[in-house]
Amino acid sequence: MKGAILFDSTKCIGCEACVAACKEKNNLPPTVDPKLTAYTWTVVEQRDKAFVRRMCMHCESPTCASVCPVGAFQKQLDGPVTYDASRCMGCRYCVMACPFGVPKYQWDRTVPIVQKCIMCPDRIARGEAPACASVCPTGATTFGDRNQLIGEARARLAAAPKSYVPRIYGLEEVGGTSVLILSGVPFASLGLRTDLLLQPLPMLTWQVLSKIPDFVVVGGAFLYGIWWITNRRSKVEALLAQEAAKPS
Amino acid sequence: MNATRRPEFTFWRLVFLVLTATGTVAALLRFTRGLGASTNLSDQFPWGLWVGFDVLCGVGLAAGGFTITAIVYVFNLKRFAPIIRPTVLTAFLGYVFVAVALLFDLGQPQRIWHALVMWNPHSVMFEVAWCVMLYTSVLALEFSPIVFERLNLERARRIVRAVSVPLVIVGVILSTLHQSSLGSLFLIVPEKLHPLWYSPLLPVLFFVSAIAAGLAMVIVESYLCQRAFNHHLEMDLLETVGRAMAVALGVYGILRLQDLARRGVLPTLRHPSYEGGMFLLEVGLGVLLPIVLLAIPKVRMKEAGLVTSAFLAVLGFVMHRLNVSITGMERAAGVRYFPSWMEVAVSLALVAVGFAIFGWAVQYLPIFHEGVHRPRAVEAPAWLLAKTAPTLAGGALGSASQSGRPGRAE
Repeated sequence: MKGAILFDSTKCIGCEACVAACKEKNNLPPTVDPKLTAYTWTVVEQRDKAFVRRMCMHCESPTCASVCPVGAFQKQLDGPVTYDASRCMGCRYCVMACPFGVPKYQWDRTVPIVQKCIMCPDRIARGEAPACASVCPTGATTFGDRNQLIGEARARLAAAPKSYVPRIYGLEEVGGTSVLILSGVPFASLGLRTDLLLQPLPMLTWQVLSKIPDFVVVGGAFLYGIWWITNRRSKVEALLAQEAAKPS
Repeated sequence: MNATRRPEFTFWRLVFLVLTATGTVAALLRFTRGLGASTNLSDQFPWGLWVGFDVLCGVGLAAGGFTITAIVYVFNLKRFAPIIRPTVLTAFLGYVFVAVALLFDLGQPQRIWHALVMWNPHSVMFEVAWCVMLYTSVLALEFSPIVFERLNLERARRIVRAVSVPLVIVGVILSTLHQSSLGSLFLIVPEKLHPLWYSPLLPVLFFVSAIAAGLAMVIVESYLCQRAFNHHLEMDLLETVGRAMAVALGVYGILRLQDLARRGVLPTLRHPSYEGGMFLLEVGLGVLLPIVLLAIPKVRMKEAGLVTSAFLAVLGFVMHRLNVSITGMERAAGVRYFPSWMEVAVSLALVAVGFAIFGWAVQYLPIFHEGVHRPRAVEAPAWLLAKTAPTLAGGALGSASQSGRPGRAE
């Protein structure tokens, strides 16, 4: 099963039980920051008379996992994008590159690490739902198999087409995410980027990186060839000069 | 250090002292209080001056190293040989500068070695890390004959000389890879970087502009050496470098404008904006103006004209890197970024130390072929060499002890 979270904005009442559960589960300080920070991994924002949760989208092809030079991020087969703090050297490329602006840095620490929602991988491994989904009183945040949740989302859209924007956010964005969002108001007014590419962002850099081995071989041979020609030319010149200088 | 040994306080020594002193204070604050307290970086703006200037510009401005070595060793244009040594020294110091700056910028610099053992070949940063590390080693080797020459280690010098051509070829390939990859770093933020700077051509643009900037730096550094050491300017040579620079700038300018036109971004310049202004400044002052100046033979042949064009090209290059890493990212971040005094102080201090090491090297090592034949038994150089030579050329470690001095001073 590939775990995923379906967040239905029309069902969210903004009680923030998910925020509290997340804080408790991950031993985070109880103060809730208004935006995502290294110490608040999910928030509920009110926008356009609707509530929307902010959290890691757990991309199918995560940008963070692709850009991290030491491979600290990993997409787990059962859904979560996890982070291994013991590898991180603090280059913050993940913070800079994430299309959803999710990874956050511990700017207040002398020895900081990156932090973000990791979808409670231990709970998922035990067959339980992540903390936030397990406490949601209205069913706005639900956990399940990604394909089944997509089916569920489509069913809701079909059952009440008037109360939804006819689109599942996260189905295709940057190649798809493991957090799917339904909304009654346009996604842009929820503060979600609607201009994202529909292909995985890591493709943009891999297109270039994958050519390196060929480049090294061809470039090396090319440069060696030029050297061979120029070197031979100067050797021949020297020989000719020697010949010419010989008294015969 | 120099200043305390010799009590004459020249203007530049004073500047050096002030810069290193403030830099030291800033460094202390950085490492005791952390990045948040010492920089203006934030979750919205995680990369600032230390990435934009120290890393992107440091690597780019050192590009003269691979360009000139390729011209002399691979293309066999031996008349450029006299500028090899100062150029390789500049390049080497540039890369050491980048490595030191990285230690400031990384949140956990003590883990910098992680990139060596924890691989992620899908990461541009991973590739840059490896290339920069390998190329710094190549530069150290390319520079080592100068140190060996000074220490009269004929055998070691001959060994390095024997592999100089493969070394140069490896250096060119590594440089091509990471100069372009610094641009590829930004390929992954198509929705964040302003369209005036985001382009699928970023790696190509970074590579070509680095060649132009590397050549410009050859002229700038020759000029500075002339000012500092009364070393005469080899105008005929530098004029050719200037012409090559104009060609590189021209190729870069055409690629840049053509790419913007093809993506339909140029018409947006009609509406005045912060980004548009910075772009016009960057391309106008730093690309078009030097091309025009260099195209006029009368200007190019004169020292003032040539040096001005080179300074402009360097300025344009620095502006481009800062625009890509800072200006172009601000709108998407939703915040303005301006470096803290500590970020500026660290960068300036590192540049100042780079200049000072260059100065010492020119005085005590045969960097310019002429004018260094001092009596060998001077005490000062021996003291200085024992202290700096090991770090200057990692390979010289063993040789320092060989010549009867106690190992390394570190």
